[in-house]
Amino acid sequence: MAVVSLSDAEKFFIVHGIEDEGLRTDGRSCEDYRCIELETGLLSNTYGSSRLRLGNTELLAGIKIELGTPNPKNPDEGWVEFHIDCSPNASLAFQGRGGQELSNGICCHLSRIYNNKSALDLKQLCIVPHHHCWVVHVDVIVLEYGGNLFDSISIAVKGALHNCGVPNVNVSAGDEGEFEINLPDDPADVNKLKISSCPVLVTISKVGNRHIVDPTLEEEFCSHASLIVGVTSKGLITGMKKVGSGSLCPESISEMLQSAKSVGKRINSAFTKLMKTEKGIAKSVEKTGYL
Amino acid sequence: MSLELLSDEGYRMDGRKANELRRVRCNLGVFQQADGSAYIEQGNTKILAAVYGPHEPSQNFRSQVPHDNCLINCEYSQAAFSGVERKNRPRGDRKGQEMAAHIKQTFEASIQTTLYPRSQIDICLQVLQSDGSDYAVSVNAATLALIDAGITMKDYIIACSASLAKGVSLVDINHVEESVGCAELSAAVLPKLGRIVYTELNGKLHEDEMGQILEAVEAGCQDVFHVLEQHVREHVKDTAANFAVS
Repeated sequence: MAVVSLSDAEKFFIVHGIEDEGLRTDGRSCEDYRCIELETGLLSNTYGSSRLRLGNTELLAGIKIELGTPNPKNPDEGWVEFHIDCSPNASLAFQGRGGQELSNGICCHLSRIYNNKSALDLKQLCIVPHHHCWVVHVDVIVLEYGGNLFDSISIAVKGALHNCGVPNVNVSAGDEGEFEINLPDDPADVNKLKISSCPVLVTISKVGNRHIVDPTLEEEFCSHASLIVGVTSKGLITGMKKVGSGSLCPESISEMLQSAKSVGKRINSAFTKLMKTEKGIAKSVEKTGYL
Repeated sequence: MSLELLSDEGYRMDGRKANELRRVRCNLGVFQQADGSAYIEQGNTKILAAVYGPHEPSQNFRSQVPHDNCLINCEYSQAAFSGVERKNRPRGDRKGQEMAAHIKQTFEASIQTTLYPRSQIDICLQVLQSDGSDYAVSVNAATLALIDAGITMKDYIIACSASLAKGVSLVDINHVEESVGCAELSAAVLPKLGRIVYTELNGKLHEDEMGQILEAVEAGCQDVFHVLEQHVREHVKDTAANFAVS
């Protein structure tokens, strides 16, 4: 959803810069990401949270956990629900119901990727099979829109899930077959979720006869076809979706998938390194958020 | 067991005295793409404001724009994780629309609308965490964002809330104090001119107590004004220094 308007000369400049020189307007090469800033654990009233800045795109993800009844098809599993809110802060086009279509698309894609066995072990969300389970609500607000929403949301979600702690409850059998669930007194008594095989989405856009990673708003406007690929830390592809009105030939798709794999592996390893560093300095640094 | 808003020693539930504000922290120019933006924290209430404008009126509002004034449009949304319980609908619900209408009305009193005819100014508010006095903190955030956008105003608009317990006015109430059910007064003032732009009272209050609680709110607004004005001056000094260097 491009909210920028470009003249033909500007489009020509962007497309030919990428085709002929392999250089983009901000000096990046075709497989470079913009600088990513990620901070977790900044909202005290949530079970897990993260803030992400990718170029001009700014997101805030928060996790609230509620009790629910498991789906009869999977009685020993909980589930994860995603909600994306494109805030009017981000762009005038998101006022009223303007951002609905975009957020629905991203929500569906994330749900598809996360509600299967390969991404997240949903059995860790079960409390009492057939009766009680945890429902993890992941809410993402888009505060500023500078292009490449899919990738940034997937990294923010992974960060929030990494920070998320599920309360360690003790279940006791009450009367009439009901169960009593007691929350622990200590708020730090939590179980962390295992997110090592959660995928990160990588958007590859076709511009002219080359493909680029992490498009800005202007580059998104110049590209007519993109592939959104889910890549895990081991380089496995977990899901793929093509967006845009243009068409792709099969050779392009295999080239783009190869790029997606290598870029995805790099992003995942950078993420893991950052989470380790953050854990190391967590106690000595105050979370500032937007201050 | 009723919650004690004010203990016998004069302390509230979070340890403040009756006329003490929560800690106010703010930041201007948080986003680059919006014309003006600001972030403010009053205790645990955290609100982000973004201002777009003045710009050509958008499709929806083209018919409503007056020829001699600008149109002010306000959008208010609450994050799903902002309150204690998860909120399913971020905007478009009754409370959000009412809040947006009140804030629009508040700022029409201060923005020099005659300087921007046939244009539209959008004030977008996003509540990240809500712990009471949502209207007051939203107004303060919007004021800072409008200053950052360089939109001409008659004066700052500063808002504050107050409640009454055991005959003493409590300034800047938080969520717990709001939910107890005592009378709650919110007011927005023009601090330098000393005039009240908007006021809203929820709950029962005796007319003799009205004067006392209004005075408390005005005093609270002056205190918030001192903090915010200080911050704005520092921000302008830093920005000017950066221009000078380059």
